[in-house]
Amino acid sequence: MSINRRHFLGGSAALTGAAVLGYPAAAADAIKLGSVLDSSGIFDAYGKPMDMAMRLAVADINNAGGLLGRPIEVVAYDTQSDMALYSQYAQQLTREDQVDVVHGGILSASREAIRQILRKSGTLYFYNVLYEGGVCDRNIFINGVTPAQQVEALVPYAMNKVGARTVYILAADYNYGQITAKWIQKYVGDNGGETVSVDFFPLDVSDFGSTIAKIQSTAPDLVIAPLVGGAHLSFFRQWAAAGMKARIPLASTTLGVGNEHKVLTADEGNGIMVAYNYSQELDTPKNAEFKRKWAAAYGDDTAIHEIAVSNYQGVLTWAAAVREAGSLERDSVVAALETGISVQGPGGTVTVDPRTHHAVLDVHLMEIENQGMTVIDTLPRRQPIDTQAVCDLEANPDDNQQYEIEI
Amino acid sequence: MDFILVIVVEVLYAIGALVLISAGLAVIFGMMRVINLAHGEFMMLGGYATITAVDLGVNVFLAMLVLAPAVVGVLGLVVERLVIRHLYGRLIDTMLATWGLSLLFVGIVTMVFGNTTTGISTPIPGFALGDYQVNGYNFFIVLVAAALLFLMLAVLRSTRSGLIARGTMQHADMAASLGYNPDRIYMLTFACGSALSGLAGAVLAPLVGLVPTSGGAYIAKAFITVIAGGPALIAGLASSAGVFGLINQIFSFAVSPVVGEVALLVAAVVLLRLLPRGITDRLFRESL
Repeated sequence: MSINRRHFLGGSAALTGAAVLGYPAAAADAIKLGSVLDSSGIFDAYGKPMDMAMRLAVADINNAGGLLGRPIEVVAYDTQSDMALYSQYAQQLTREDQVDVVHGGILSASREAIRQILRKSGTLYFYNVLYEGGVCDRNIFINGVTPAQQVEALVPYAMNKVGARTVYILAADYNYGQITAKWIQKYVGDNGGETVSVDFFPLDVSDFGSTIAKIQSTAPDLVIAPLVGGAHLSFFRQWAAAGMKARIPLASTTLGVGNEHKVLTADEGNGIMVAYNYSQELDTPKNAEFKRKWAAAYGDDTAIHEIAVSNYQGVLTWAAAVREAGSLERDSVVAALETGISVQGPGGTVTVDPRTHHAVLDVHLMEIENQGMTVIDTLPRRQPIDTQAVCDLEANPDDNQQYEIEI
Repeated sequence: MDFILVIVVEVLYAIGALVLISAGLAVIFGMMRVINLAHGEFMMLGGYATITAVDLGVNVFLAMLVLAPAVVGVLGLVVERLVIRHLYGRLIDTMLATWGLSLLFVGIVTMVFGNTTTGISTPIPGFALGDYQVNGYNFFIVLVAAALLFLMLAVLRSTRSGLIARGTMQHADMAASLGYNPDRIYMLTFACGSALSGLAGAVLAPLVGLVPTSGGAYIAKAFITVIAGGPALIAGLASSAGVFGLINQIFSFAVSPVVGEVALLVAAVVLLRLLPRGITDRLFRESL
């Protein structure tokens, strides 16, 4: 988007005219929703469906008459899986486009790249992705599951199901994997088990032969794998190719977030235990309706995944707060969100936790089955207890950091 | 005891994988002195050719061992005609041109196949080695690598075309004066090298997922292996792959796969300090 002199003059003239005549000029003006997502590049498997979900949510709201009687206009930028573009586009969204809210960011690095820009400019920010927890900032609202919400549910389930006492952890070697591995160790201990080894892998490691042999030499009862990205997907292939699936059960905190279970064959994926807020196989009226709408908009519903649904629920939450506040002004919207506003999304009820600006949400225990995620059990209303342990925005509204949570 | 056997299998596999990764480059860079920075992308294309063929219902072994090398070989032929043949003897220019090619291939594949990880399952089941389960596909890779080395040796040493190719690479003018057309021989050799790269990408595809940028993971290892191998094509390839594969796996088992990769690179630096012109500059001097 660019502004040339003619547009600028025209716009100024219109504004002046409106001001002079005293028209309710804002009535028909669109509300601007800013979005920054990696819709291309190596993270597009995450970003594209998130973008689709955001647009679907906006279309829903507009079809129902918009917000405060005004339509929503999407101002979206594709950050191309390039972290440098995030700060550039965030500046653009706040300065030039002057959007009313920003939804977006996928990797934690991208979130941290734009969080301060949006905070300084007073632009409300929604980060709608599963992440490692600990961000404490009054300007941001986060509705993805955090390790405590997910791992606290997954570890006892997986350990009880297979009667495991010893657990081997394979994690991605960056903040998400490191922090999640700590939480897994904690809950393995709390459930009377023992972590026999923790191995970390940079994101480009794709050869797990020696690891698979090592795992066998320690013979754990269960392997939990918070591995991330396309290269790490090879682990699940090689595990199956070595015939290990029948011997040692697997659980993961990440497999399926970007629909990876649809890339693996049924044989490779079957039986892997996971826990998320959303599954396409979730049998609820809300999900059926959501999938129907998605299919109507995009042809088929196969692209839907965990963080696309988070993004959808994030937009719904923001819209509910704007309605409640009756205003787009940041502080009144934040105040409305802090009343503990709830929305019904495809993944269940999502409630804002006023103290941390994270979400209280349902976590579903699932098993991968024939390239789908079959829901075994639903744990309703899980609190983000990891972030709650360090962050209290009611007591310290000026807090502005990401805590590393001591476990 | 079983664990030692498993380590032996993994070491053989690592060596085999290095041989495969580097074979195409050994021909194109080792023999022809063309710095092919698009080597990784040739491999990636071999992988995509295999996956596409398998999705269309072609037998996976046929796709890997015949189709993918053929597709990438033809592509190499086209690339040689359009780009490389104008640049023989101009090292820096070929680097730039092939780097551009690699970007082009990544872009095209991204447009056609998208930027998400794809892959196929390994076609060979795992089997038990004592108390351990081993990936049966590892043996396949070792077999293919061994067969490849043997085949390259046989072609270069015992066939007339091998002799002509070697002669042309050493003295193109001399070969020309004997009535051979160096232009044609360069073209065919480049195509053969490309086909080998395609084969490597195809055979490794079921083990690791594939994205358009997968090639980048191989390029450094391939160059290191070929350069450390030195002047003898096959003995160099086998010996440097042997050294690096062994070191990589020992450290992978002892510490972690990451340290294994680091150890490989450290070994390469040390080796090139001690033998700046490669292993076969000192050892196995008379071999091919």
